[in-house]
Amino acid sequence: MATVDHPQRLARSGIAADAASRGWAAALHEWTTTVDHKKIGIMYVLMSLVFLVIGGIEALLMRWQLFYPRAEVIGPNVFNQLFTMHGTTMVFFVGMPILIGIGNYMLPLMLGARDMAFPRLNAFGFWITLFGGLLVYLSFITGAAPEIGWFAYAPLTEHTFDRNAGTDFWALGLLISGIGTIGAAVNFIATILGMRAPGMTMRKIPFFAWTMLWTSFQMLLAIPPLTAALVMVLFDRQLGAHFFDVQNGGSAYLWQHLFWFFGHPEVYILILPVFGMVSEVIPVFSRKVLFGYEFMAAATMAIAFISLGVWAHHMFCVGMSRTLDLYFAAASLIVSIPTGIKFFNWLATIYGGRVSLQSPMLFCFGFLSMFLIGGLTGIMLAAAPFDFQLSDSYFVVGHFHWVLIGGTLFGTFAGIYYWYPKVTGRMLSERLAHWHFWLLYIGFILTFGPMHVSGILGMPRRIYTYDPSRDWEWWNQLTTIGALVQTPSYAIFVYNLIASLWKGKPAVDDPWDAWTLEWTTSSPPPSYNFETQPIVHSRRPLWDLKHPDDPDWQYE
Amino acid sequence: MTEPAAALPIPPEIAPERTLNAAQWGMASFLVSEVAFFSTLIVAYVTFLGRDVVGPLPAEALSLKLAFGTTLCLVASSIFIHFAEGALRRGNNASFKLLWAATIALGVAFLVGTAYEWHDLIFEKQLTISRNLFGTTYYTLVGFHGLHVTVGVIAMSIILLLAARGAITKEHETGVQLVSWYWHFVDVVWIVVFLVVYVGAKGGSV
Repeated sequence: MATVDHPQRLARSGIAADAASRGWAAALHEWTTTVDHKKIGIMYVLMSLVFLVIGGIEALLMRWQLFYPRAEVIGPNVFNQLFTMHGTTMVFFVGMPILIGIGNYMLPLMLGARDMAFPRLNAFGFWITLFGGLLVYLSFITGAAPEIGWFAYAPLTEHTFDRNAGTDFWALGLLISGIGTIGAAVNFIATILGMRAPGMTMRKIPFFAWTMLWTSFQMLLAIPPLTAALVMVLFDRQLGAHFFDVQNGGSAYLWQHLFWFFGHPEVYILILPVFGMVSEVIPVFSRKVLFGYEFMAAATMAIAFISLGVWAHHMFCVGMSRTLDLYFAAASLIVSIPTGIKFFNWLATIYGGRVSLQSPMLFCFGFLSMFLIGGLTGIMLAAAPFDFQLSDSYFVVGHFHWVLIGGTLFGTFAGIYYWYPKVTGRMLSERLAHWHFWLLYIGFILTFGPMHVSGILGMPRRIYTYDPSRDWEWWNQLTTIGALVQTPSYAIFVYNLIASLWKGKPAVDDPWDAWTLEWTTSSPPPSYNFETQPIVHSRRPLWDLKHPDDPDWQYE
Repeated sequence: MTEPAAALPIPPEIAPERTLNAAQWGMASFLVSEVAFFSTLIVAYVTFLGRDVVGPLPAEALSLKLAFGTTLCLVASSIFIHFAEGALRRGNNASFKLLWAATIALGVAFLVGTAYEWHDLIFEKQLTISRNLFGTTYYTLVGFHGLHVTVGVIAMSIILLLAARGAITKEHETGVQLVSWYWHFVDVVWIVVFLVVYVGAKGGSV
């Protein structure tokens, strides 16, 4: 049995100490050749944070261009490149890798395993994802980044209309990183289903593992169609094939179907792990068990399945038949039911609890309040007639940023603040965390709130400038100011991450008085995770250890 | 007055779980992603059927007889690999090697058949990937399947080489089993391709 307090504390080998003690060259060699799930997880998160900064700079440049009507800051071509790269970066090289990274680090620890099922596949997945990202960015040195939008609608991507190599870099980069993502999904499923500690039945796994399992399932079914579609684009461009070549009978419509068959589940791939993280944080900081574990698990599965059948709600304006419009509108609205179940279960977990507003919980509240609004605008857009009016307007841009930042990003920050002490052995500064939270919260509302209004006023997405007579400038200026308010919050976050490595208060093994297995090892965990194989009897194994007189398994 | 300390509750015994092991889950989920990939290519093939503006069309270009022969090779190889796996499990290494080599030979025969077919299609019937939509979707679908067969043949050849050096024994059962799952999958995909592309070309009025 694992003990709560380790009698023989293992040598602390934080990242900083690692590098300092053995020299940078040795550390670099170790990190580039590692197959340890913890180091790979950290590298995934660091990669995502670097790409987050790059994607953020791209967003700021676009907002600068849109501050005044008829501004000439960067011009139309660069603007096109920026929104393409911003979307691509944020979805493929920030969103997915940061969630995969946290999953990589945490899952074996939470399941009581020594490593992921396939450590070398894990390392391969990280490096190929990174190189995919670098390949997409290499297009800049050819003098032409892709100018096709993150969804790369055909026939704009055909050789006839787009002769610069940026699109090829884009397709190849996504193809390669997609293979890495499938590798990660295979690894997660094998680890969760095949490597749990003795006694940890599927009804007892930490909730984060449930969501990672279904996210991986979605990756398995959603990413290969994108891979196939990217191959088709490349064949069209390089070999003269005709998949999307409308002059020779090809179909632009097929691209939209294939892309959104990936693209819609993708947003659930980006939100399900976050549901898992907040489901770990909220109970601990409310001092209550997660309300309705079984319902939450079933709702996760329902979301994973239903969301595979709703992709064409991105295509109402393409001119599908009325029958298809009705089906896809209804199916999209149905997703709100399991999501609502989850939402009320989180509220029920908080209700009556002793809530402490430390930084992880603060970000959970940010997540709850903002994701709710993003979900509601999503329901609005799922209604086909409403979508006819606002499709491809800034309302849509506001909606999905509200979900992806208000949902994914706030939840991810909650996870990072929650697990940072475990990973580094140091606490983050609460004061800086609060600055981070409030600047981000206010800046976020100021950035993406006005987008809904400019959308309703008729501003289309992806335009590089607009005429003053349209009366959009006030709303655009508010948006840009919001982006400027957000910017320092990210700087504070990064500063906090780095400075706390050296100056942070040393963390004990279980600083939040939590209940899952990762908190039974030392902080940071040793390379083999657990000295002895933990044995699990309930959903809160650490509660059982702390309260041998009143263990959970009596009631489950 | 003090109550006597109650005995601590004793946790129940843990029953061992019987499911697939991690490696088997890994291969199973990888194959699920492959199903999604090939389904997409088949959807593209079917979408464009009958929308060509120039020939040759499937009915003119494809030889059902040749495809039937290559299909037989793959179906037979699936049977051989099944028995090869059983031989290894029983510890009969000699017949494992023999059956395994037969599987590889049938896989190679399939590839040779495909190469012959493609040579005919390209040089006799002037069907290339850029010729028309049929060529585009046909070469992509059949080509990716052929790539998977090639990967399978290479993986099986590595195992055969190791087995010849005595390095594959009963304890490598899981690895051999996973390769055989992959091979069965490749065969099932081919049967679907055969029905949709070859039988469909002769049966439907395309």
